[in-house]
Amino acid sequence: MEKNTLNQLEILAAKIRYDVLDMLQHRGYGHLGGSLSLVELMSVLYGKQMQYDATNPKWEQRDRVVLSKGHAGPVWYSALAESGFFDKEWLYTLNDGGTKLPSHPDRTKTPGVDMTTGSLGQGTSTAAGIATALKKSHIDRYVYLIVGDGELNEGQCWEAFQYIANYKLNNCIVIIDDNKRQLDGYTKDIMNPFDISKKMEAFGFFTQKVKGNDIEAIDDAINQAKEVKDKAVCIVLDTIKGQGVPYFENMFSNHSVKFNTDEINDAANEAKQALLEFISKEEC
Amino acid sequence: MFKVLENRNQKGKIDLTASIANAVIEAIEENDKVVQLEADLAGASKTNLIQKAYPDNYIQCGIAEANMVGVACGMSSEGYIPFVHTFGPFATRRVFDQVFLSGAYAHNTINIYGSDPGFTVGPNGGTHTTWEDVALMRTIPNAIVCDVCDEVQAKWLVKEFAKMEGIHYFRGNRKAVRNVYEPGSTFEIGKGNVVRQGKDVLVISAGQLVSDALDAAEKLEKEGISVEVIDMFCIKPIDSELILKEVQNKKALVTFENHSITGGLSSAVAEVLMDAQVSIPFKRHGVNEQFGQVGTPDFLQKEFKLTADDLVDSIQSILK
Repeated sequence: MEKNTLNQLEILAAKIRYDVLDMLQHRGYGHLGGSLSLVELMSVLYGKQMQYDATNPKWEQRDRVVLSKGHAGPVWYSALAESGFFDKEWLYTLNDGGTKLPSHPDRTKTPGVDMTTGSLGQGTSTAAGIATALKKSHIDRYVYLIVGDGELNEGQCWEAFQYIANYKLNNCIVIIDDNKRQLDGYTKDIMNPFDISKKMEAFGFFTQKVKGNDIEAIDDAINQAKEVKDKAVCIVLDTIKGQGVPYFENMFSNHSVKFNTDEINDAANEAKQALLEFISKEEC
Repeated sequence: MFKVLENRNQKGKIDLTASIANAVIEAIEENDKVVQLEADLAGASKTNLIQKAYPDNYIQCGIAEANMVGVACGMSSEGYIPFVHTFGPFATRRVFDQVFLSGAYAHNTINIYGSDPGFTVGPNGGTHTTWEDVALMRTIPNAIVCDVCDEVQAKWLVKEFAKMEGIHYFRGNRKAVRNVYEPGSTFEIGKGNVVRQGKDVLVISAGQLVSDALDAAEKLEKEGISVEVIDMFCIKPIDSELILKEVQNKKALVTFENHSITGGLSSAVAEVLMDAQVSIPFKRHGVNEQFGQVGTPDFLQKEFKLTADDLVDSIQSILK
């Protein structure tokens, strides 16, 4: 990747991370850990890989995103706002009554949201349906299906993976956010996922595993996935829940965080300040 | 406009599933965005006719109903018009959250055929019996819920659903059933059909029991009891106007359904009466707090007291 491009994606990631922290802190609570683990992915998707028109969110030739781990809505909203789909002020309306940015994505409310999700597992099948439709309609675009590692507890994921592999839907790029934690604790303790990459390979996927905070590695993996013509593709993102902010990475229970202590707010403020400084320095 | 057959003893020449499949084929011919999804019951449900005629409009999803519904909803979001089929219990209670969220809540369209409802399940037995599908589907905001009585109505309904957006559920036997309507009859979503006029008792039924209700009315006519029969094929939205009009000056009302009396047709009718503060002797004739079992459909219809003679008993007892 060219240095300038990498720099732009790093800046976008910093902005998205800032927005997530700022939005949830403003709201006072929210799904922080699983949003932060997707920041670099969102930067690569909206900053480089995806084809879209923010002024025409339903453009037929766009790439689609299905965030099956719907509770990570805030990171998606940040990416959409930074990409021009709506005004950044909207981010402060998260979970307000009547908002266009509900906790879990809603295709009827938010520009750029292609599918409603929230009941875990269901986005895997709807993404499979979108990919099927694109193939049938000869629309040569991609569906980025983002699934949580905890979400893999849901049987419907494996029904959908079977389907995607069976039909060799190489236009459905399955991305698993392997952040090792779910609401009640570590995934290995709650419901051991064993080796996710091996499971996906066994299901018939061309599978790559990359560091989820490595922008170049994510980008390379997506490029590689797009070269695969004869089978389903999967990228396992090796991430950290709370990624990019050490305080929140180290907070054991960071699935949903309440910003109700000075310590937590100080940590958020410190991280935001550092991100602002980084953005300001890099944009000069 | 519909017309009731004079000779109602003729069954359809082909299975009801084949009629439904043929209607989907016609819908595909009118709009190539119509697709059929199947969960490994193509041979049992005749959707293989669609597969043969239009393989590109047919998607085999295997025995994975939740995924099938999700795939259908994803396709809907891209402008396709999906029909899905599986046995009634799996088309409703097994996939309820998928239909509710990926479907209705997300404003997607899905046309769902749940086959072999209630006693028509035959030897597939209790595990495959659904007497709660209508109750479940009625709770989905803006869903349309139908119980078809014959092939004429089933074909019309499929063609109509193919032109509409939203969640549409219909139930019906897989095998051929007795015809009620003349070919070419048309109907209206949300409108019940008075298939027999009468002045003493109003019977509101749906599905293939409409034929049995008409049989019961003919038997009672010989005893001097005049029975009116409404085919309320569209249980949601229900035709409250028709119910309130036809219940006037009747001595009693009996609902007759191949479904639990909790949450189905009888509940829907009771809600209409209650909202309008109308009081009338009212018998809910259906299945009450029971599970299904194996047996021939004829055996099961008798076992669960859903025959014309059982309805005659209900009407006679409410008039006493």
